[in-house]
Amino acid sequence: MITIVDYGVGNLGSIANMLKKIGAKAEVASDPAALRRAEKLILPGVGAFDAGMRKLNESGLTPLLNELVLEKKTPILGLCLGMQLMTRRSEEGVEAGLGWFEAETVRFRFGPEQAHLKIPHMGWNTLEVRRPHPLVADLGPEPRFYFVHSYHVVCADPADVVAWTDYGHPVAAVIARENILGAQFHPEKSHKFGMQLLRNFAERIP
Amino acid sequence: MLSKRIIACLDVRAGKLAKSVRFVDTKDIGDPVAKAREYYEQGLDELVLYDITASSEGRGILLEVVARVAAQVFIPFSVGGGLRTVEDCRRVLLAGAEKVNVNTAAVQRPDLIAEAARAFGSQAVVLSMDVRRVPASAAIPSGYEIVTHGGRTPTGLDALAWARRGEALGSGEIVVNSIDADGTKQGYEIGLTRAVAEAVSIPVIASGGGGTPEHLYAALTEGKADAALVASMLHYGEYTVGEIKAYLAKRGLKVRRTT
Repeated sequence: MITIVDYGVGNLGSIANMLKKIGAKAEVASDPAALRRAEKLILPGVGAFDAGMRKLNESGLTPLLNELVLEKKTPILGLCLGMQLMTRRSEEGVEAGLGWFEAETVRFRFGPEQAHLKIPHMGWNTLEVRRPHPLVADLGPEPRFYFVHSYHVVCADPADVVAWTDYGHPVAAVIARENILGAQFHPEKSHKFGMQLLRNFAERIP
Repeated sequence: MLSKRIIACLDVRAGKLAKSVRFVDTKDIGDPVAKAREYYEQGLDELVLYDITASSEGRGILLEVVARVAAQVFIPFSVGGGLRTVEDCRRVLLAGAEKVNVNTAAVQRPDLIAEAARAFGSQAVVLSMDVRRVPASAAIPSGYEIVTHGGRTPTGLDALAWARRGEALGSGEIVVNSIDADGTKQGYEIGLTRAVAEAVSIPVIASGGGGTPEHLYAALTEGKADAALVASMLHYGEYTVGEIKAYLAKRGLKVRRTT
């Protein structure tokens, strides 16, 4: 069972819909018992960093997630803001992040040559896989995913980055360290590419 | 590098697909969910469901359509038509849409844009504007006026000033729909599209008049649009999404290919 963590941020139906479509067992849950039962977790999220972190803390789930992810090593996939919450902090706010990655979330800053690039980075962009990882297996040539974000993750250890996308400069699109995974884009809105990525999470992540 | 997006617009009336021609005659041409799915399978990038019933009984049917689309179509989609309050917006987002399109209600009460952006984020708020060409005047220096109610009501607002205001209030994208070009299939209004794209720094979506892949190419290059809205050229089976993308790719544009 893949459990999508419901902490009051955004519409989680799309993720559940896609998991259902690929035949994965999934539920949306906020109660600790359901999270403890989960074989795998998805941490979704849209909107601002502080709002997301506060909702997560108010839900009372932060200590439990720390326990499941850091001690029990339950695989977890953070999506969009969910991935950013896994970093130490964000320039978007003042709240401390979960700090599961040695990483920070920073705003896009473009020099004069990239002044034409719009913020947010919104739309379909190509993934460039940096190192083999089961989460990005079999995506085919030029996999494209749907992104919407104004901030991006910078990892202290570049080896944590599995795949980049290019928007003015290389941007971390998929990150992974042990059981902790993050995707900056929305696989649930990324057509067959997103379906393959979620299938990989369901079937190939031990 | 970002791809240029092709967005299909499905006008929905009482749960059925309709296509307007110059905003007057509308006729039903099928089930919107089946069409949405067909285009999704062809590789469509994004979808807009526009509710042209705008009556209270139509509203419930629309939410059902939104939920059915969300369960089958795994690309971003937005919903517009008759959304007047943050609560109206919340209902369609909870039913499974990513974005809301606001139009007339935002002209009447611009704070709706700010309220929706605060509640759901700018990425979820698309300002849709219907524009008609008029003689340039002191009030409308660009010669493009915002109109509402499907083009029937002039507002005295200059389209470029309104686009800038919409961006400042927090909308994340702008759909520029030319009433003059809508339904003609003679091409997007390039001058208007380009003027708006140069006036704001958020993505601009060209709308109205698309009849051939060449028209999309012009809107996405000369018109400086980030995306183009298509309707009849898909609805009547004249082109598939794949054919349009193959053309754009051949002309050197970055598009998302699925095959």
